[in-house]
Amino acid sequence: MYSDKVMDHFTNPRNVGEIADADGIGEVGNARCGDIMKLWIKVDGDVITDIKFKTFGCGAAIATSSVITEMAIGKSVTEAEQITNQQVAEELHGLPAVKMHCSNLAAEALAAAIEDYRKKAAADSAS
Amino acid sequence: MDHAATTPVRPEVVEVMLPYFGTDFGNASSVYGWGRRAHQALDQARDTVAELLGAASNEIIFTSGGSEGANLAIKGVAWAYQTKGKHIITSAIEHHAVLDTALWLKKHGFEVTILPVDEEGFVSPAEVEKALRPDTILVSIMHANNEVGTIQPIAEIGAIVRKHGAFFHTDAVQTAGVLDLNVEELNVDLLSLSAHKFYGPKGVGTLYVRKGVRLDPLIHGGAQERRRRAGTENVAGIVGLAKAFELAREERVAENARLTKLRDRLIEGLQTIPSSKVNGSLSQRLPNNVNVCFQYIEGESMLLNLDLRGIAASSGSACTSGSLDPSHVLLAMGLTHEIAHGSLRLTLGRDNTESDVDFVLQEIPVIVERLRKMSPLYQG
Repeated sequence: MYSDKVMDHFTNPRNVGEIADADGIGEVGNARCGDIMKLWIKVDGDVITDIKFKTFGCGAAIATSSVITEMAIGKSVTEAEQITNQQVAEELHGLPAVKMHCSNLAAEALAAAIEDYRKKAAADSAS
Repeated sequence: MDHAATTPVRPEVVEVMLPYFGTDFGNASSVYGWGRRAHQALDQARDTVAELLGAASNEIIFTSGGSEGANLAIKGVAWAYQTKGKHIITSAIEHHAVLDTALWLKKHGFEVTILPVDEEGFVSPAEVEKALRPDTILVSIMHANNEVGTIQPIAEIGAIVRKHGAFFHTDAVQTAGVLDLNVEELNVDLLSLSAHKFYGPKGVGTLYVRKGVRLDPLIHGGAQERRRRAGTENVAGIVGLAKAFELAREERVAENARLTKLRDRLIEGLQTIPSSKVNGSLSQRLPNNVNVCFQYIEGESMLLNLDLRGIAASSGSACTSGSLDPSHVLLAMGLTHEIAHGSLRLTLGRDNTESDVDFVLQEIPVIVERLRKMSPLYQG
């Protein structure tokens, strides 16, 4: 039911882990529905230079988390926050219909990490 | 290791079915030779199944499987006895064929009490007694649970139900061919089973209906099955069911002993994984059922990894239940959503050996560790 690309990202997920001195952290989902994604980003200037994730969830949840790290790295935060869940699914050559809503949260996790980064940056410049 | 989902048809079973697709293809209702031969085969299968259940042949209805059996038992009794009462009792861990049927009746004016279970998945006979009312017409409690393998005290519950004048149905889909199913000893009035769970064909089952229990049919349009189930009989399937049931019952004791050993070896091995928990009862448990929750990880990703290693299993996670919630059985037993998502069910069968068990015990800890390292919930 999963595309080869989903299975590739599921079996060899890219950028698993945490960033100790991350500039932004985003977490979405909840244990009730069975998917939690956490993303850490490192930003230099305006560009995402490093990104890591940890995910509790099904095959689609792990694959979307993995693929978005590849999509976002090297992009400016403004570009990266425009990535949609739909684009993530397309990058994976599609997801089963039942997975489109519950497990396709990676773009939201990234947006949350970027928002966290912006808040922190604003607090830093204010102090 | 997913034999609770389904089993392959045994070659001996295929062999006895084959003539009824070809040389003896007749309609059992026809008067000529082909029809008579089909009818004889049906009669013989009915006698075999009746004998195995300790019932009379005219108490056996052949159905399309477990779901139809449960639907016919529950809706059939509800419709036939609605002037006597409109209250039905069932439990929170029933198969959806029972639960959803009861809930459908609720939409049509019946009252449904859904009994809770304890943390091992047992329905309490005392709770059944408390829930019985003068207008209770039917109680439906499964013999053993398909997810966690807990075997219910059916005979005890049956005696209580009978004392109160209601009918008692048990869904024996997981126990047919495995446990001793004697309808007298079990104190049941209706019992449903399905052939494909005991190495018979898919699409055929049996509903036992005690003499004197009236049943409105679900399917109208013919006099088959004593007017309780219209439609040309699935002769080959029914012959296959009877043969598979017979074989299972002959080999039951030896096979159960073998499976219990493998099961306990699996349970013991899986329990050594940190933050894991065996679900269900350890004493009153199906001989082939293992159900374990691994904290911090999700079931479907475990199943995908197992599949990549050639191991077929199942899980109670939401992704595999087809809804947003994990297994209603595990939730009813008091597990949190988060933990229920990480459940894994392994159900052993005839073709599993000790080396299969050892292979699984070698693979699962690696998979669990790998997924935990990826999990934001795990602080390992």
